[in-house]
Amino acid sequence: MAVGIGIGFAFVAGLRSAQGLEPDPDLAVFIGGLLGAVLFLLFAGVFSDWLKLAGGRDVPLRHGPPEHRPAWTRYFSVDYNHKVIGIQYTVTAIIVLLFGGLLAIIFRLELVYPGMQFLNPQQYNTLFSAHGIIMIVSILLGVGGMINYLVPLMIGAKDMAYPRLNAFSYWVAVPAAVLLFIGLVVGGWDTGWVGYPTLSTRSALIGVQFFLLGFYIVGFSSIAGSINMVVTTFTMRAPGMGLFRMPIFVWGALAASLIQMTATQTVGVALLLVLVQRAFGLNFFSPPDGDPLLYQHLFWFYSHPVVYVFVLPGLGIISELLPVFARKPLFGYRWIALSSIAIALVGFLVWAHHMFVSGMDDSLRVPFMMATLLVAVPTGVKFFSWVGTIWQGKLIFPTPMLFVLGAISVFLIGGLTGPILATVPTDMHLHDSYWIVGHFHATMFGGFVFPFFAALYYWFPKATGRMYNESLGKLHFYLMTPAFWVMSLGQMRIGLLGMRRRIADYDPSLGIEQTQLLITIAGLIIGWSVLIMVYNLVASLRSGKVAVRNPWGSRSPEWQIPSPVPEMNYDQPPVVVGDPYDYGLADSTYVQVAPATPGD
Amino acid sequence: MKNNGRHLAIVAVLVVIGSVVTYYLLTAIYKLPTAASQQAGPIDTMFNAHFLAISVLFALIVVFILYSIVVFRRQPGDEEDGAHFHGNAALEIIWTIIPLVTVIGFGIWAAFVLRVVTAEEPNELAIKVTGRQWSWIFSYPDYEDVGLTTELVLPVDRQIRLEMESDDVLHSFWVPEFRVKQDLLPGQMTVLRITPNLVGEYKVRCAEICGLDHANMLSNIRVVSQAEFEQWLADQSVSIGNLSLVERGEKWATDFGCIACHSIDGTGMAGPTWQGIFGSEESLEGGGSVTVDEDYLRRSILEPGAQIVAGYQNIMPATFEQQFADKEAELAQTGVDVDILAELIEYISFVGQ
Repeated sequence: MAVGIGIGFAFVAGLRSAQGLEPDPDLAVFIGGLLGAVLFLLFAGVFSDWLKLAGGRDVPLRHGPPEHRPAWTRYFSVDYNHKVIGIQYTVTAIIVLLFGGLLAIIFRLELVYPGMQFLNPQQYNTLFSAHGIIMIVSILLGVGGMINYLVPLMIGAKDMAYPRLNAFSYWVAVPAAVLLFIGLVVGGWDTGWVGYPTLSTRSALIGVQFFLLGFYIVGFSSIAGSINMVVTTFTMRAPGMGLFRMPIFVWGALAASLIQMTATQTVGVALLLVLVQRAFGLNFFSPPDGDPLLYQHLFWFYSHPVVYVFVLPGLGIISELLPVFARKPLFGYRWIALSSIAIALVGFLVWAHHMFVSGMDDSLRVPFMMATLLVAVPTGVKFFSWVGTIWQGKLIFPTPMLFVLGAISVFLIGGLTGPILATVPTDMHLHDSYWIVGHFHATMFGGFVFPFFAALYYWFPKATGRMYNESLGKLHFYLMTPAFWVMSLGQMRIGLLGMRRRIADYDPSLGIEQTQLLITIAGLIIGWSVLIMVYNLVASLRSGKVAVRNPWGSRSPEWQIPSPVPEMNYDQPPVVVGDPYDYGLADSTYVQVAPATPGD
Repeated sequence: MKNNGRHLAIVAVLVVIGSVVTYYLLTAIYKLPTAASQQAGPIDTMFNAHFLAISVLFALIVVFILYSIVVFRRQPGDEEDGAHFHGNAALEIIWTIIPLVTVIGFGIWAAFVLRVVTAEEPNELAIKVTGRQWSWIFSYPDYEDVGLTTELVLPVDRQIRLEMESDDVLHSFWVPEFRVKQDLLPGQMTVLRITPNLVGEYKVRCAEICGLDHANMLSNIRVVSQAEFEQWLADQSVSIGNLSLVERGEKWATDFGCIACHSIDGTGMAGPTWQGIFGSEESLEGGGSVTVDEDYLRRSILEPGAQIVAGYQNIMPATFEQQFADKEAELAQTGVDVDILAELIEYISFVGQ
């Protein structure tokens, strides 16, 4: 990758000097970065099979661990097994999550007192901008991890529909993350994760270009991954598994993938236009000829729906796990399934609620407000259905169940603080305030982080064949959950009082210092609790108790086969003979799975 | 299902109690800043209605879940599953329709409130607002003698029409006490209407990330009585021709936004303070040093990046030569001859002694 960037730099420098022009760093980063990403994928071997196929050679799909190297090396190389790719996604997501969290903790420490303590404004701006986009990459990777690992297992398939494309989806995210990291160390950028022109087109910081390019390249991962997911779901389900007999997580993943598949392109266009405006001087967004609001429309047409990409799979995890731990059928399966689709569809019609005070035409405000408020309805259906699911159940509380309940509590905070932002008059006060920061973090933690952690604990025995440590898992939960409540509720409190988002320093006359301190302490506790989880999972890999085949008593097909899962999942496709969540119905089963060969 | 009616009755009572407690806590923790504009009235009523709705819904879900956690937990030794039921279509329809009607109601109400808070009143006072990295500049088109100001002075109880535009990147005009907010765009005017109704001092805070010093893009706002406002206008309207060179320089330092980054009392800001600067020896970024004299000041204003004092960044716009020429041409038409650069240097050397 470094070679590619170097060649790109040299090429641009040579071309510019041949024309007698000044060196143009923006152009060099654009060309060099693209070339670097392509060469990285080439040398990693992502394109190898495709190139051979294009050359007319017949290339059988490679299965199993590499032949001449230890088995663990497959996790560090291009591998086509969906479970390997799922684990690659998930582990990368956790590493990126830790890094993004570290950035947040650094700038939260700066905000403990008013006045600048140990950062300068430039460093502060870079840190919050990088925190935003790095966390988004982490969430996309985490979603990719859950979908890749779980969907083929849950629908009784041997793999994803396009294993090579699947590997590409993962590996293309790696150079994107590297570009973001380079942007961070070469001086950073100050545009936030949104990259609004004309700040992003005028900023002299070269980090802006790395940020835009990295963000752009991540889009390829989303588009390719989601196409794969949609095709897999529609074509590879086990016999007897009608759409309304799929495990409910698959519905959430499907709705999320439909969004990713159709919306990512617009943000790609928006980012590309800024990139070329910076690199070639083509003007799209600067007056008098360009329009800065055009970018915001393109950007939010993706970036609003994408929050549903983040949360729909997570909400699917909640719906998936609750019946198992309540020992009861999922309440209103069809309503929950269709509410995911409804959220995805309505989600496309609400983007301009990010622009109520942007200066767009005033007549757009009321229709977008109405559309936005409608999102509350299917979201409410989910909450009521979850309540219906645990009502009259026989609840048990291992760590994954605790995180599911934590997710509901946190997503409830995020959900209930949303409509106040949808109604324009109240949004005119709250827009760009810390209230948004609190609301957004509550939706992301409730809709993704808590369910993701629940999923990590829940399927850890499936993926590794060993149990995690239950006491450490509970410690993680009891530290993180109250800390998160304090953090997000505190953020909303100071936002209401006048704290703006994205500021390096704040006015002590607002009377918010004590709450700022509380928020930072809570953030530190969350950080430490996540480290406890990482320690727990890593240590349990070696020393955890060997897991029984179905530790949770689940009816789902993946728990009817050995752990870790055999290379090709199911020897015979499982046959669906019942409903997925008929807990409490005597003598019923969901799937019949033929006896499988032991795991490798 | 055993005792379902009894469970529901207990929960119903707890939901009512929970709603009251939640609303009490919510309004105790979540305070809005002082309301200082007419627009704040209906907006704050709306905030309160939202808090009420949040309290009821929060209590509804949380009480059901906590009750289930406590009452429906599996007892040790019990290996049975829970009650077997799949759903209830009537319930699903109810909890779709009721929220639907509620949010539509909120939406219609909000649309009316929006119309009220953006309504135009007769006798508006128009004020031009210019946002630039990282300061606010105001001017009063109805009062041509009043030059540019960096402080916004508003008469109480009169609607203000802010005609806003940015010189560079997006900014956003937000005074929390006024509640309403509007972005500023380069090359396009946006309008915000405010009717201040409480005499006092406030701050406009830029709410849209605008680069390096975004956090400090603040300006003072004074809401004053009509009489004080007229007095202030008169004070501002002293003819430039009657001012001394130093006084003119002071005016330019304000009008062109110098004092947004350079203090005259030694306060550390984005640029070096002018206190004691004249004649001092300053070390430079990249080594070397310079004696601050008229030539150095002249050069630093016209070519800010040429010789930067150590410890500072090159963030000052290099556009002042043109800005000064434009202003001088404008004043020349009214018969006033000024040399802005010379007068500014006069002022800096005066306060910098």
